[in-house]
Amino acid sequence: MSTIDESFCITSGSDWNFDQLRRAHDHIERIARGELGLDIYPSQIEVITSEQMLDAYSSIGLPLMYRHWSFGKRFARDEALYRNGYSSLAYEIVINSNPCIVYIMEENSLAMQALVLAHAAFGHNHFFKNNGLFKQWTDAGGILDYMEFAKTYIARCEDRHGEEAVEQVLDAAHALMNQGVSRYPRRRSLDLQEEERRESERRAEEERTFNDLWRTLPGSQTTRGKRSELAERQRLLGLPEENILYFLEKKAPLLKPWQRELLRIVRHVAQYFYPQKQTRMMNEGCATFTHYHIMNRLHEQGTLDDGAMLEFLHSHTSVVFQPDFDDPRFSGINPYALGFAMMQDIKRICLSPTAEDRAWFPDIAGNADPHATLREAWVAYRDESFIRQFLSPALIRQLKLFEVHDDGHSDLVVEAIHNERGYRAIRSALADSFDVIKREPELEIVDVDLDGDRRLLLQNRVHDGIMLDDDDAERVLDHLAMLWGYPVRLVEIDATSEKVLRTFDAGPLEVA
Amino acid sequence: MNIVDRRLNPRGKSLANRQRFLRRARKQILEAVREASARDGITGGGNSRIRIKADSLREPRLAPAAEGGERFHVVPGNKDYVEGDRIPRPPSGEGRGRGGSGDGESEDAFQFVLSREEFIDLFLEDLELPDMLRKELRETEGTTPRRAGYQTSGAAANLNLVRTMRNSLSRRIALKRPRPEEIAAREAELAALERSGEAEQEVIARLTLELEQQRRRSRRVAFIDPIDVRYNRFENVPRPASRAVMFCLMDVSGSMTAHMKDLAKRFYKLLYLFLSRRYERVEIVFIRHTHLAREVDEETFFSSTESGGTVVSTALEEMQRVLVARYPREQWNIYAAQASDGDNMPADNAHAVAVLQNAILPACQYFAYLEVGPEDERYGGSTELWRAYQRIAKAGLPIAMRKVNHRSQIYPVFRQLFSRDRAVRTEAPA
Repeated sequence: MSTIDESFCITSGSDWNFDQLRRAHDHIERIARGELGLDIYPSQIEVITSEQMLDAYSSIGLPLMYRHWSFGKRFARDEALYRNGYSSLAYEIVINSNPCIVYIMEENSLAMQALVLAHAAFGHNHFFKNNGLFKQWTDAGGILDYMEFAKTYIARCEDRHGEEAVEQVLDAAHALMNQGVSRYPRRRSLDLQEEERRESERRAEEERTFNDLWRTLPGSQTTRGKRSELAERQRLLGLPEENILYFLEKKAPLLKPWQRELLRIVRHVAQYFYPQKQTRMMNEGCATFTHYHIMNRLHEQGTLDDGAMLEFLHSHTSVVFQPDFDDPRFSGINPYALGFAMMQDIKRICLSPTAEDRAWFPDIAGNADPHATLREAWVAYRDESFIRQFLSPALIRQLKLFEVHDDGHSDLVVEAIHNERGYRAIRSALADSFDVIKREPELEIVDVDLDGDRRLLLQNRVHDGIMLDDDDAERVLDHLAMLWGYPVRLVEIDATSEKVLRTFDAGPLEVA
Repeated sequence: MNIVDRRLNPRGKSLANRQRFLRRARKQILEAVREASARDGITGGGNSRIRIKADSLREPRLAPAAEGGERFHVVPGNKDYVEGDRIPRPPSGEGRGRGGSGDGESEDAFQFVLSREEFIDLFLEDLELPDMLRKELRETEGTTPRRAGYQTSGAAANLNLVRTMRNSLSRRIALKRPRPEEIAAREAELAALERSGEAEQEVIARLTLELEQQRRRSRRVAFIDPIDVRYNRFENVPRPASRAVMFCLMDVSGSMTAHMKDLAKRFYKLLYLFLSRRYERVEIVFIRHTHLAREVDEETFFSSTESGGTVVSTALEEMQRVLVARYPREQWNIYAAQASDGDNMPADNAHAVAVLQNAILPACQYFAYLEVGPEDERYGGSTELWRAYQRIAKAGLPIAMRKVNHRSQIYPVFRQLFSRDRAVRTEAPA
């Protein structure tokens, strides 16, 4: 940021060139670093066409992806929607990597490119680099190398074992992708060489050692109590285990080494995206807040002319639009809208708090440093805890949030509205609805029938009577049985009464 | 910050995924393609929108059901509700549930666009011109250069270094060209002797002479001589092309109704598409006839109308004439397809059969006869021409016959006639 051309001006509707893009970036960077104090990865801005944008869409946002039909399906669907004008493409895609890759589309005007740079190259980038979840779970420096490894490895498997054989394993692994995440332990960092070396070591080790499942010859059992036998078995197999893909990779008796490696790759991809699921609203809120602040400042200092400002406002307002519940356009809470509103609200609380704000947020109300407050929040929270901490009564009133109770059969009942009695209930319920742990089923592998037919036993603890989608569950179980190689049973039990509600069974489709 | 222009990167990054996707949904796509073709007509240009059932493309996940159980929802935009208000339950699958499906993907049907190439590939899959033998390799489409040994002259770009150096080395060894190290060693020896000043003049003179000889030899025998140089040699190998000609014969006389002509046209259009798709070197001859036959271009064949009597043999004779004039049977694979309503001047049948049997069928690899009939035909009695042709077919000559009444039959019949599977092809017409 050596010299900044103060006379540079972004006008509306203008085409852009690389020089203008660079100058716009310099102006944005001065505000982002100077005023907002953002701390970002170096960014790599890649200009792409709409077709390449569709490509990037289909590989779930990673620039490198292994080959699988589901990505082709996604591409075909997006393409059909786009070509028929049902949906427009995103202005940008940003990747949590170091350097942070930002894709921007060539057809955007210069004002839109400035918006996109502020939003993605600074807002998202700062969030990726600083948020605790990302720091803890993902390795931005290694992901591209790892995906390169994964892509080559899977292509090699296809050459060696045939596309169908690889597809079968990947299909099954994708079906279990949401159950391929370790939610608690810290993930070790990935490194390409390390990964390859460990892969070969792992194979060697497993060939040397001996699989627990095979140590179950009839009659070799000592006479132990039934209960301790279960405990012993669970200890040996590392049960209960919530990460199904991990368990299969390590313990499934019939998988070949390359099949285990495929499961591992899918599991790593799932793990990489896990923080994004938990912070979507905050991430978008952070980026939207950033671009809003920067664009306004650019306008104030005369770098953005009035026309360009209006162009920006038009697209900004459509991004943060939140339809009411009875609006035909309503499809849940818009994470951009909620995130942006909360960030702006925190800024307001820091700068000009009311008495109510002082009572609710004594720590931050009136501290006159909204940007530092926000930076701290961006580091330490995820969607669920952020709402639980920062959703203010003022915002609840502004959005007119209300809570409805649905018992599954009778009329819906309004539980709480935006009044003194309702604030806490609404805040808590909204936070719950952003909690990934609560939205996903609580599934665990609990036991393997080592004495009998090696049946794998899974348990889903049902909360509030919300069961699994049965059609999908049967299909997933078939996939699981294929990987496990022996029968699989899934039992849904009520979390409070321990009563068995439903049982699914699947046999092996094919002995792998 | 770093700006990279990726717009010129190779396109079609997801092509491999698309192929896998098409293979996966192949069965359903095929069905949809057939359906779409019946609806639109195959010559309709551009891309085809295909809608398939998403069952085999389903990606199941273990996820909570969308309904049932006890739930709390927080939604914005309260108008006049207060605590304890009861809201009538919205019909299931609507209202509250909508919030659940984030990307709005419906699992029932899946709609996407097939490119024209993909569409036709699928449409014409498994079809083949029957018994396409390579009769003649004389006709070439061009030549390909192929490596063929070495030569002593050529362009510098084709210099073969390994060969050249090998020749050079063997020549240098054979001619005893002293190596530079040898000369250097001798020079050093001589210098050492001269420095010491002890050696006899005689020895020094001998060494000097030897050195001089070696140097001279080294100068005379070149390191690389023109005779060492070898170039890669390329030979132009002709690319063979197997040729085929397809005769399209059609009755356009008065007895052919518009409906029948439409059927015939559809059949030929399909045929034309198939041919121009499968084989690069296929010529097509269009012959239309009433009581007179005429070779016409494609445009006239399909578009203009004519009326008159019906004498089938004229078309066959015209075909014979063209065959003799332009397509000698040693050089061409000859196929023919005739469409007619089966009407013929009764006196002509015997003659037509004779021409067919004696002149045309011996030259043809395949002759397809398509009899078109009115849509509402109840009584499917066989026509004179049909019976006449049937006798030939029974004699084991390469003729295939089918009867078509309705537009929807065209495609199945076409597939039957050109199926890769011989058993299907020769199946007796119903």
